[in-house]
Amino acid sequence: MAEMVSRPYEAAFEKHALANPDVLCLSADLTSSCEIDKFRDNHPDQFLSLGMAEQNMMSFAGGLGLAGYRPFIHTFGVFCYRRPYDQLMASIAYPRRKVRIMGFLPGITTPGGMTHQAIEDISVMRSMPNMTILETGDATEVESICAAADSIDGPVYCRVLRGQVPRLFDTPIVVGQMREVSMGDDILIVTAGITTEEAMRATKALKGAGVLVRHLHLNTIKPFDKVTMLDHIHSVKGGVITLENHVTEGGIGSLMAEIMADNGVGKKLKRLGLNDTYAHGGSRAYLMRYYGLDALALTQGIEDLMGEKLGITEQDLAQVRVDAVHSLAKAEGL
Amino acid sequence: MKNEKSTEDIALGIRRRVFEHAMRNNGGYLSQACSAAEQLAWLYNEELNLGAPTLPMIPELFAGVPHADNPGYHTGAGYNGPFEADLDRLFIAPAHYALVAYATLIEVGRMAPEGLEMFNKDGSSVEMIGAEHSPGMEVHNGTLGIGLSTAAGLAWGRQKRGETGKTWVYMSDGEVQEGQTWEAIQCCAHHHIDSVKAIMDVNRQQCDGAMDSVMEVGDIRAKMEQFGAVVAECDAHDLGAMRDAAKTPHVGKPLIILAHSNPFHAMPILEERFPRLHYVRFESEDERARMNISIADALGVAPIDYEGAR
Ligand SMILES: Cc1ncc(C[n+]2csc(CCOP(=O)(O)OP(=O)(O)O)c2C)c(N)n1
Ligand SMILES: [Mg+2]
Repeated sequence: MAEMVSRPYEAAFEKHALANPDVLCLSADLTSSCEIDKFRDNHPDQFLSLGMAEQNMMSFAGGLGLAGYRPFIHTFGVFCYRRPYDQLMASIAYPRRKVRIMGFLPGITTPGGMTHQAIEDISVMRSMPNMTILETGDATEVESICAAADSIDGPVYCRVLRGQVPRLFDTPIVVGQMREVSMGDDILIVTAGITTEEAMRATKALKGAGVLVRHLHLNTIKPFDKVTMLDHIHSVKGGVITLENHVTEGGIGSLMAEIMADNGVGKKLKRLGLNDTYAHGGSRAYLMRYYGLDALALTQGIEDLMGEKLGITEQDLAQVRVDAVHSLAKAEGL
Repeated sequence: MKNEKSTEDIALGIRRRVFEHAMRNNGGYLSQACSAAEQLAWLYNEELNLGAPTLPMIPELFAGVPHADNPGYHTGAGYNGPFEADLDRLFIAPAHYALVAYATLIEVGRMAPEGLEMFNKDGSSVEMIGAEHSPGMEVHNGTLGIGLSTAAGLAWGRQKRGETGKTWVYMSDGEVQEGQTWEAIQCCAHHHIDSVKAIMDVNRQQCDGAMDSVMEVGDIRAKMEQFGAVVAECDAHDLGAMRDAAKTPHVGKPLIILAHSNPFHAMPILEERFPRLHYVRFESEDERARMNISIADALGVAPIDYEGAR
């Protein structure tokens, strides 16, 4: 079992903000939920409460950018782009304001159902000119997300994990650099965010079944290092499979499809994720199983890709992490 | 379906159920039962003109989201009865009040008590943030501020078809921070949509605490009137005042009742948690035990035996 880190964002943001006086902390009435409540209490001069009014917050942040500040916006991912899409586009993305958007509860990491699950955010942000997209997959990446985002000359959208987060990596995010988790040459697995942990679990079982995977973890989704990815695609004998906490359209599955098609790569690609469906509310483990986002779904996807049964069962995959509904690391039950 | 119990008894029953649930689950949207119980009890027991439920007393499991491949899909609106021209409709705009709304359905005999045991369980339709497939819900409102607009559209359509039923919205005060709420009011006024009626839980609280500390909203009544609503005010725990407020004439305009509530009404010990009442999770075993005894006593029930609950 990986080490579990409690509320890694909290201290990381404080450290970064204190070292950078032009960084401001913006909140939209989800201050404890986004782990910035202590920051609000301890550093009120660097904190701005904007209430439950996301459209105003986006254009306001654009204005702060004009004044030379680098606002960090904190709310749930959905509230960063669904209601205030127009403001995000006109006030932040077009003029390339240095606004750092911290979107919590990515994908199905919440029982809050459709209105709280950011399942198409990557797709939306990928199609938005000038937007950079980062995604955290473990505690170390959460700890380094503020510095990584703040190094970008323009707006950034980040998918941030909160609460109890496993530590999978020991080096910080290097923007633009994918992580080589396993370097086999049978099948290429590409993951990001919480699906990386699933793929790591599947990798062991696959090895037992004689399949050596090459597993890449993405923390930078846009811009993207296509050249390196193409090398990896060419390095495996078989096909490519993606597993994402997102709909299968417009996310990393689509990204791989574009790279492969653009370069005339004649290999199979299997894209796993939410398949043209909204999700509903439930625990993370349940939702990952129900919508086929877990290690078992991945091994089954690889069987499909290879056209052979590998006989991997649930028992072969290590214990699924079970998140308690109430954890002291979360402000509510979401 | 009406008046088998007094509205006071229903409000008490709602609080008892939400309290029991919060104790067993070590927390929940408990303060909303304090502020909202009379409002929802009054709506369901007195004000709303609803038919008998059309969905099973024990809710069905989650059966998929709207999709072309899911032809059997239906919302949870059937718990409020059928859609008929002369009957009313209700939207619970702040979907985190779902726990209180489900408790209300049970108290008025529209859902079996087992429904609450399915709350937030994997595979259940009785979701923590009321989904449109959840009992008593007709649309998704977890993204706050969209409820009044939806009601306005439905009401305009019903008026045009000559339907006499009203379209009610249960609102929260946090919603006035969202610009859409104001767009909805001005639209109702412009189009003379007077079959829209809303009651808002003015508990002066939101996630981060007291609204005045998060984003001041000023004089809600004056602002709403300027945008074109007729506004009535009442004490949210005074049913007589609520009944009177609902009688306010509002020809050609929507009616919005501002129900001023106490976020720890009937559970005074919750004041200890002020100003963090939005989601009450017990912070220690000691707090849980103390609140259990105090609230049980205040509600006239035995303390909840929550050992062995999750
Ligand atoms: C558009 C939108 N932004 C943010 C949220 C997160 N949120 C859920 S409830 C809530 C507080 C709203 O205030 P109110 O409904 O008055 O809450 P209560 O009185 O129950 O504390 C917030 C910010 C949301 N659901 N929708
Ligand atoms: Mg409120």
